[in-house]
Amino acid sequence: MSQQNRLGTGGRIDRSRPLRFTFNGVDYQGFAGDTLASALLANGVDVVNRSFKYSRPRGIVAAGAEEPNAIVQLGASEAAQVPNVRATQQALYGGLVAASTNGWPNVDRDLMGVIGSVGGKFMPPGFYYKTFMAPASLWPKYEKYIRKAAGLGRVPKEADPDIYDHINRHCDVLVIGAGPAGLAAALAAARSGARVILCDEQEEMGGSLLDSRELVDGRPASAWAAAVLAELATLPEVLVLPRTTANGYHDHNFVTLHERRTEHLADLAPSLNGRRQVRARMHRVRAGEVILATGTHERPLVFSNNDVPGNLVAGAVSTYIRRYAVVPGRRLVLSTANDHAYRAALDWHDAGREVVAIVDAREHPEGDLVNEARARNIRIIPGSAVIEAQGKKRVSAVQVARIDIGGFKVAGRVETLACDTIATSGGYSPVVHLAAHTGARPEWRDDILGFVPGKVPGMTPVGGVHGKGALIEALADGAAAGTAAAQRTGFTAPAVELPKVAKVREGKAAALYQVPHVKPAMRAPKQFVDPQNDVTAAGIELATREGFESIEHVKRYTGMGFGTDQGKLGNINGMAIAARCLKQTIPQTGTTVFRPNYTPVTFGAIAGRNCREFFDPRRFTALHAWHVEHGAKFEEVGQWMRPWYFPRGNESMHEAVQRECRAVRESVGILDASTLGKIEIQGKDAREFLNRLYTNAWTKLDVGKCRYGLMCKDDGMVMDDGVTACIAENHFHMTTTTGGAAAVLDWMELWHQTEWPELEVYFNSVTDHWAAMAINGPNARKLLAELTDDIDLSGENFKFMDWRAGTVAGVPARVYRISFTGELSFEINVQANHALHVWQALFDKGEKYGLTPYGTETMHVLRAEKGFIIVGQETDGSMTPEDLGMQWCVGYKKPFSWIGRRALTRPDTKREDRKQLVGLKPLDPQLVLDEGAQIVLEKEIRIPMPMVGHVTSSYFSPTLGHAFALAVVKGGSQRMGQTVYLPMADGRVHAAEVVSPVFYDAEGARQHV
Amino acid sequence: MLHIYCPHCAEYREEEEFRPKGEAHIARPVAPEAASDEEWGTYLFFRKNPRGLHHELWYHAAGCRKFFNATRDTVSYQILETYKVGQKPSVVAGQSSNKGAAK
Ligand SMILES: [Zn+2]
Repeated sequence: MSQQNRLGTGGRIDRSRPLRFTFNGVDYQGFAGDTLASALLANGVDVVNRSFKYSRPRGIVAAGAEEPNAIVQLGASEAAQVPNVRATQQALYGGLVAASTNGWPNVDRDLMGVIGSVGGKFMPPGFYYKTFMAPASLWPKYEKYIRKAAGLGRVPKEADPDIYDHINRHCDVLVIGAGPAGLAAALAAARSGARVILCDEQEEMGGSLLDSRELVDGRPASAWAAAVLAELATLPEVLVLPRTTANGYHDHNFVTLHERRTEHLADLAPSLNGRRQVRARMHRVRAGEVILATGTHERPLVFSNNDVPGNLVAGAVSTYIRRYAVVPGRRLVLSTANDHAYRAALDWHDAGREVVAIVDAREHPEGDLVNEARARNIRIIPGSAVIEAQGKKRVSAVQVARIDIGGFKVAGRVETLACDTIATSGGYSPVVHLAAHTGARPEWRDDILGFVPGKVPGMTPVGGVHGKGALIEALADGAAAGTAAAQRTGFTAPAVELPKVAKVREGKAAALYQVPHVKPAMRAPKQFVDPQNDVTAAGIELATREGFESIEHVKRYTGMGFGTDQGKLGNINGMAIAARCLKQTIPQTGTTVFRPNYTPVTFGAIAGRNCREFFDPRRFTALHAWHVEHGAKFEEVGQWMRPWYFPRGNESMHEAVQRECRAVRESVGILDASTLGKIEIQGKDAREFLNRLYTNAWTKLDVGKCRYGLMCKDDGMVMDDGVTACIAENHFHMTTTTGGAAAVLDWMELWHQTEWPELEVYFNSVTDHWAAMAINGPNARKLLAELTDDIDLSGENFKFMDWRAGTVAGVPARVYRISFTGELSFEINVQANHALHVWQALFDKGEKYGLTPYGTETMHVLRAEKGFIIVGQETDGSMTPEDLGMQWCVGYKKPFSWIGRRALTRPDTKREDRKQLVGLKPLDPQLVLDEGAQIVLEKEIRIPMPMVGHVTSSYFSPTLGHAFALAVVKGGSQRMGQTVYLPMADGRVHAAEVVSPVFYDAEGARQHV
Repeated sequence: MLHIYCPHCAEYREEEEFRPKGEAHIARPVAPEAASDEEWGTYLFFRKNPRGLHHELWYHAAGCRKFFNATRDTVSYQILETYKVGQKPSVVAGQSSNKGAAK
C-alpha cells in the first residue's frame, strides 16, 4: 500500500524500518516512529470510527491523549485484546492488529448509521432517561442492544498471559511532562543532586519541542531536548520514565505512574533472555515536590458538521507534518481565534500543499506568525469563521462567514471554499486534570481564556498548564520552578542558564468557542461539542432550557465528558455554551471535576502481582500438609484454609460429616484448632483488665484454671468469645474466634491506650506460635494417656475447665480440658513446629479407637447440638448476652462497670421482644432449613407480613436422628413449643417448633466425666 | 493516599499502615452507672461530622501498634498535626490554622 500522505523527507520517523499493520482487516504500511494514528493518516484512512449515538463517520482529530474518535480495539489474538486504545498514543509495531470499537457491522457501511440518521431525531439529550428507563424491566433488553451498537470496546475472553508490576518509589521532585517547561524543571532540580523522577506519556520525550518551528540556541528545538535528556541520563539520582502516564494524583503528593514497557513492541510482552518481560508497571510515587508540566490541549471550534473526517485541531496538523512527515490532506482551511494556530498553515505550506485560506475571527490579526503568512501570500479572511463543513466521509468544502462574536450571529454573506481539511483553534486549555484529582478546583484566567490548576500544597504548575505556553516563557518558568522545588526539599540548586530563544510576538486571542450559524443552533446542522459522546451545542442549549443550570447537571443530562476521553477536547467549549445560554461567565458556570485515571489503564496494571494466589494472603496451619495428604476439603475462614471435612472414598459431604459426628460422639475425633486467635496477656493488672474487658468475673480464677468469656462492645452487643486460661498470677492466655483475632487485639490496645493507660498490662499475638489439636469423645482420655506420663488425666485431678502443663508425645505441651462438642475433650497446645509430630503420634496410638479427623462442618454440627453459639453466625452485632440466653456469663455485680455493662440497662436492650436465640425443630424431621430463612408467625402467607426472625445455623444431626436449627426469634424465649413458619422463595412454607437451643446432653454430663 | 506522621515512631508512613478509628477525645463517662440513658446514648452513638477541622483517632496498626490523634481537614485532607493520646490539639476549629507544619 502506498503512503500517499507521507512526505519524502523530514519528520522523526525511520524510513529504513517499514512496518506492516492491519486496521479493520486491511493491510497497511507505516514506519518505525509512527503512532497508529499517524500511520493511518499517512495511508489516507479518513474514517476510523462511527459515532456513539448518531453513528456518523469519524476521523482522527488530535495527536495525543485528548483524541476522542480514534479509539481502537487492539490485539491480534483473543488473549491480547485491549479495548479503548487511543490510536494517537499507540506506537506502531510490525504486525499490529487494530479495529474500530464503534461501528457495527463496520465503519464504512454501518447498520446503525441508517437508524442513527433517522433515530438521531428521536435522540435528544436525556433520551436514554426519557425513553429507556420506563418500564425499568425492559432496560436490560435495551441496554444489550445499545451497547452492541455503541460498541465501547470489549474485554478479552481469554486470560491475560502477561505480567505486571507495582513499584513504590520516593523522590524529592517529580516532574510530570517532558516538554520544554518539564525538561527545564527536571534539569534545574537534577543538577542540585535531588532525587528527580521525570515522566512523560509519549513515545518520545520533548513534547512541543519535537514539532516546534522555533530555534533553541540557534538549532532545532528537538536538539536541545536531546541534549537535556542526555545530561539527565548521566545523573545517578534521576529516573527518566518515557511512555509513562501520571494517571492519578492523590493526597499528599502521592502520584501513580503507569509505565508501558512493552506495548510499543508487540501486543503481548515479548521475551527477553528467555523470560517474559513485564508489560506494564505502576510506580507508586511519594514525591516531596510535584512539578506539573502537562501543557495544554487545543480547543477545536464548534461549528456545523465539525465532526466530518478531515476536521483536526490546528496543533495536531503541525504535529503530523513536522513529527511524522504526514500531511493529512491536500487543501487546508484554517479557522482560528489566535496567532499560535497559524503554525498549522505555515507547516502545511512548507510541505508544499495548498492553504486555501486562514479564517481569523479577529478583525485585525497582528503578530509574527500572521506576518509570515502574509509574506507567503496566504489569503487571510479576518473577522470571520468557518460556520459549516460539507462532506460525508471527508470534508469537501467549508462555508465561511463574517461573524459578530459578541452578538453571537453571522454578520455577513456566506462564502463557500473547496477544501479537504479544516484545522481549527479556539485556544489552549491547560491540562488541569491531575491537579483536579486532588480536589483542587481549577481557576479561570481571562488573560489566557482557560482554567489553570487550583492550589495544591507541594505542587507547582509550569509552562502551558501555568498559562505560560510560549516557548521562551515555558523554559524560564520550568527552570525557576525546578530550582525552587529542589531548594524546598533541602538541596542547593545552581541557577540554570536558559538557552537562547527568540521572542515570538503574538496578537491577543479572541474568545471564540461555538461559532454562530445563519440558523439557530437547534436548527443548524449539528455542532459537536463532545464528539465521543455525540453531545452537540443544541443539546447543551436544550439542557439549559429544560432548567439544568449546574454544569454538573448539564453534564449528566447530555452525557458530556462521560466518554473514555473524559471530554478532554470538549468540556470547556460545553461550559462556554452553557454560560452563554445562561447569560453568565464561564467561571460562574463552573468547571467539572476530573477523576483518576487521566487516560484508561488496563486492569493488569492496576492489579500488578496482586492476583490469583497473591490477591489475598492465605494462612495455613502447621498441619496443613497432613490435611492435604489425607484428602481434606478446605474452607476459607478469613484468610485461613481450614479442613472442612475429610471424605473417605466416594463419600458425599453429608456422608462424611455424619460419619465424623458419630466418631466424636461414640469414640474419639480430632480437630485442628490452631486457627483460633491466641493472645498473651501479662502484667500486674492483667486480671483487672480481663474483668473490665469480659462480661463475666475473673477475680477468682486460679492458676491452672480456664474460663469461657464473652466480650461486648460498649453498646452491650456481643463482639467475640473464647476461653482464657490463667497461666500464672499475672499471666493469662486468651483465645478468640478465628476471624476475630486481630480485631480483639486492636480492641484491647484501644482500651488500654486510650482509657486505662494506668493499668500495667501487655498484649501480644501468639496465634501462629501455638498449634492446637482438640481430641473429643468418650475415648479422648484413654488416647491421651498413652502419650503423656507427667500429666494426671484423672477426672478428680484434671477437671473440666482445668489446664495442665506437661509433656505430650515427648514435647512440651499445655493441655486444656475444654470442650466445644459437649464431649470429654482435651485441647493439646504445642509449639507449632512440633505439631505434626504430636498429631502423627496421636494417630499412631489412636488407630485402635478409630481416631477420626474432622473439619469445621462437623465442628459446627456438634457445637450446634449443644446450643453453643458462633459469634458472627448466631450474632450480627445486635445481640446482647441476654438475647443469646447467656445471662450466666454476665457479672452484673462486678465492681467496675465493664465494657457493655451500662448499655444492658438501656430501654432498647431491655425490651422483651428483642430477637432471642432459640432452637428450631422442623416438623418434617428430614428437612434441613435454609440458613438465613425468614421466620413468620402465621401459616397463611400474605405480603407484607411481619418477619420475626431468621435461621442462623441448620444441620442434620445423626446423633439426634433429625434435622435441627438455631434461630433468633422476637421474644423467642417466651415461645417454647409454638410453631413458626418459614416461607421459601419457591412458594413452599416450612413449619418448625420453637425449642430450647440445647438439643443434646442438656445437663452437660458427657463433658464432665 | 495520606502520608501520616506517627508521633510514636517519629516518622512519616504510608496510610496503608494505619487504621482510622473515628472521632478523637470521646471520653467514657467515669461513672457509667450514674449516667442517664441520654448521656450514655450520646457517648455511644453521637459523633461530629464537620466540614473542616476534625480531631481523629488513628491506629498505627501495621507499625508500632500505638494509638494517636490527628487534626485533619476533611475538605483538603491536609493533616495539620498528630499528637499522642492524652495530649490536646494545638490546632482547633475557629482558630487560624497557619501553625500548620504537618507534624
Ligand atoms: Zn508508629
